[in-house]
Amino acid sequence: MTEMNLVQAINSGLRDAMLADESVLVMGEDVGRLGGVFRVTQGLRETFGADRVLDTPLSESGILGTAIGMALHGLRPVSEIQFADFIYPGVDQLLSEAAKYRYRTAGEFHVPMVVRTPYGGGIRGGQYHSQSPEALFIHTPGLKVVCPSNPYDAKGLLLEAIADEDPVLFFEPKRVYRAVKMDVPDDAYTVPLGKAKTVRSGEHVTCVAWGAMLFEAFSAAEQLAAEGIDVEVIDLRTLWPLDIDALVESVHKTGRLVVVHEAPRTCGFGSELVTLIVERAFLHLEAPPVRITGWDTPFPLTHEQEYLPLAHRIAPALRDTARY
Amino acid sequence: MHVIREDGSLDPTLDPGLSIDRVIGLYKAMVRTRVIDDRLEKLQRQGRIAFHVGSLGEEAAIIGSAAALREHDWIVPCYREVGALLWRGYPLQRYVDHMYGNADDPLRGRQMPDHTFSRAHRYLSVSAPIGTQIPHAVGVAMAARARGLDECVGVFFGDGATSSNDFHSAMNFAGVYQAPVVFLCRNNGYAISLRVEQQTAVQTMAEKAPAYGVPAVRVDGNDALAVWQAVGEGVRRASGGGGPTFIELMTYRLGGHSTSDDPRIYRTKDEVESWRKADPIDRLRKHIDRRDAWSDDLDEDWRAVCDAEVKECVRRAEEKPSPELRDMFTDVYAEQPWHLREQEAQCIEGPRARDDEEEP
Repeated sequence: MTEMNLVQAINSGLRDAMLADESVLVMGEDVGRLGGVFRVTQGLRETFGADRVLDTPLSESGILGTAIGMALHGLRPVSEIQFADFIYPGVDQLLSEAAKYRYRTAGEFHVPMVVRTPYGGGIRGGQYHSQSPEALFIHTPGLKVVCPSNPYDAKGLLLEAIADEDPVLFFEPKRVYRAVKMDVPDDAYTVPLGKAKTVRSGEHVTCVAWGAMLFEAFSAAEQLAAEGIDVEVIDLRTLWPLDIDALVESVHKTGRLVVVHEAPRTCGFGSELVTLIVERAFLHLEAPPVRITGWDTPFPLTHEQEYLPLAHRIAPALRDTARY
Repeated sequence: MHVIREDGSLDPTLDPGLSIDRVIGLYKAMVRTRVIDDRLEKLQRQGRIAFHVGSLGEEAAIIGSAAALREHDWIVPCYREVGALLWRGYPLQRYVDHMYGNADDPLRGRQMPDHTFSRAHRYLSVSAPIGTQIPHAVGVAMAARARGLDECVGVFFGDGATSSNDFHSAMNFAGVYQAPVVFLCRNNGYAISLRVEQQTAVQTMAEKAPAYGVPAVRVDGNDALAVWQAVGEGVRRASGGGGPTFIELMTYRLGGHSTSDDPRIYRTKDEVESWRKADPIDRLRKHIDRRDAWSDDLDEDWRAVCDAEVKECVRRAEEKPSPELRDMFTDVYAEQPWHLREQEAQCIEGPRARDDEEEP
């Protein structure tokens, strides 16, 4: 065990994966010599060489398109897109190609690739260093979407994602990168994809969050505990395929649901989560499900603390829902 | 670059030195592809298949390239290159089953006709967005090299694709990483209706390549032996560690873009007729005749054999049932997640658009 922050845990995961499997390689802008703009890949080039840690030209479609070709041949590329905000030039490759290759070849070819990308706000990054585009990928059949909140889960989920036979989008909450430390095993271990984690048990309201907002949800829940409101907080960890059973089971118990995410509200993943609960737990509901999200604006700079669904917005929503 | 001269003789400085058997093999494959194309087009006109995208006039560019690649090299297709797949021995019945989207379609009815693939033949899958396959070719080539394998990649695309962002990305990556790729740009004059002159302000596609550090050659794409020679050189360079090559195959699409197209709207009959005189099949035939190795009788027999073969495949394809409805829900992921299991059940147990579909 070593105390690690999120950056170190992901780095440790990449290192373990590359040691265990020669077909794993890392590629992206500035990931080699610099170790990535957030230093997530620091030291990997020194250990594994420039042939397995590729400093690529500045081209997201080139990175992702080339990674698909490598995966089709049998490698397991882990690409870094420097900021999730910059993924769009490569989105055609993910949506039209990576997501559909298995289906359109009836399994004869498949694309075992991971795309790591820092997402989310709260670091004074303005509209092009703060976005949370997960819903776009969840909406596309064939892709898996993972978003860890803490160092332990991050390493375990990353190793599972690299071993997975399907393309996985791995969203890293950059706001948490160096904000949280915890004990992480030095050796390889896995956290299963598709399994949520109940980080706080409660009887009165279910609060679902992931990534950086998990901490805000937790903090709001702790505040309400003082008022006698008992909140159950679920960290989804894998956004898609969703752990629907964990969600339904919790709402069966609490009868109330608050979903928290940074992305804009309309057609955000919260819309899908609320719908699924309405479809499956309607007769258990004691209050209308609520979404606490980013506003339907581009991500702002000066007022980012008012844009983000932080604890100061989550707590009243939990209170109102509990008392509805 | 030309190899076959007007009179059918070969330019001795560029002659790839192929035995007459190999030349005839190439010729027969080109004729076979054309016969299949012709039959499929008729089937589409009769409403028996939904769509076809043929290669009329581009057989030398396609099959000549495939012939110059080694068996263990990869082919990354655009969508007009089924002749290259058939050259590698892909069963015609499987192709025709795919054209019908029947139960034996290897795609299980999941894509339009002419979206073939085959791992066994090292032939990647056809999609429809333009240019997306070009970076895949670079990735496959880089992976092969990383794994210590002497495998090159030939990637097909049209003149229109050179305007796509993926063309730029792929050329740049190939140049930077010196990937063992042969870029096969079929310049057939048109991207659907758009003439090459409106596609780019440069005179040739080939001159784009040096900007990426990729050597380029411009070849008469209707001269099968010139194609063979140029692609062979590209393969030798790639295999020897010399990096990528860009080959502009100058050809002409004698047919429409696809069966959905009406080329009369955007080009003249005279223009098409003038290109018919440069037909790649006639061109190669002229050379073979000069070597006195073929005859009109043999030619007629071969065309009849090919047509009978495709007709028999069609007969069988038309007898086969549709893929199972549940095939719509598999292969989205390696393992079917809960939501697809649920939706599969809803679809199969729910109301049907087509009541002729019976499910177990």
